[in-house]
Amino acid sequence: MESGFTFIDAWWWPYLFILLIGWLPTDIWRALGVLMSGGIDENSEMLVFVRAVATALVAAVISKLILFPAGNLSVVPVELRILAASLGFASFIISGKRVFIGILVAETILIGGSWWLGVF
Amino acid sequence: MNIPPDESIHLNGEINKFHWFLTGARGLFSIPALILMSSFVGFAGFAREAGFSLGETVFMVGTIWALPSHLVLVGGVIADASVLTTMIGILLASVRLMPMVMAQLPLLKGRNTSRWTLLFLSHFIAITSWVFLQERYKQVPQEARAAFFAGFAITISTVCTILVGITYVLAGTFPPILAAALFFLTPVYFLTSIWRTAYLISDKWAMGIGLILGPLFHLLIPEVDILLAGGIGGVAAYAIHRMALTRQKAR
Repeated sequence: MESGFTFIDAWWWPYLFILLIGWLPTDIWRALGVLMSGGIDENSEMLVFVRAVATALVAAVISKLILFPAGNLSVVPVELRILAASLGFASFIISGKRVFIGILVAETILIGGSWWLGVF
Repeated sequence: MNIPPDESIHLNGEINKFHWFLTGARGLFSIPALILMSSFVGFAGFAREAGFSLGETVFMVGTIWALPSHLVLVGGVIADASVLTTMIGILLASVRLMPMVMAQLPLLKGRNTSRWTLLFLSHFIAITSWVFLQERYKQVPQEARAAFFAGFAITISTVCTILVGITYVLAGTFPPILAAALFFLTPVYFLTSIWRTAYLISDKWAMGIGLILGPLFHLLIPEVDILLAGGIGGVAAYAIHRMALTRQKAR
């Protein structure tokens, strides 16, 4: 199948492509949220289901970024990436859900581990 | 005793919206904003390696303004996925914005905030704005919240868009370890901040199952891995939520 991004050979096509494939399916939900605000209970069963699908999808993107990254991160051993992400998440939980602490620990292990293993 | 003039209110007693706009803009130096900016720095390198031009990368950040959509879009182009698969992936990844907007609007609107203003402001609603607003809205008078949020949202999206442009140009000169560390920010930021906003058992299970299914389907059926992981993971998580509810009622 055609990837679409290079479908039409014109300078404006990638921009139109980004609007159609990226902006439209993203902002349509924000606009719907404004239009339906007050109409639907945030905890209605439909929304609980919708949130579950969206969360699972983003979670799949997250673990793919950790396990199958592009570029320089792929040089870091996969075990170190998993260790850094897991310990970062654990410290985030222990610290009372402080995102900053989670990121700090994860990055320290990633950078320190790479340095120690002599990856770069 | 001398009372310093309160700039948040005009002399005639009306709320000084510009003051609150600027107060919101200063949110640029808050932790959620700094983390988001670093993630965008990492994203600029990702888009560059995927072959997007400088103009396309900057344009994408300014118009879409949702990192999950950016990642699915760039990931789709890398994997040479079909237009339809990528678009459905972005549609599914963005569904969460609807309940997020619905939950966030009551926090930021005043009595007379028009629907057009809300539509405009909704473009900036995402995980970071959710974390930011949740922690601060109580310190802002209700009639000034839209201005406060606009100040924060417009400033951070403008700064991130410019930052992405600058990093895109500089990315080639970064030492590899810095590039790797920046790229690593995005998944860790998402992992923690989404967990923070997950308050139902279904959200947490969806996160856990999605994390496992993503790479699994990537190895089995890479063309539609994200869609399958989202669909199956979401249905399974919802089923667990229903079972928990039934058990609660039976008790």
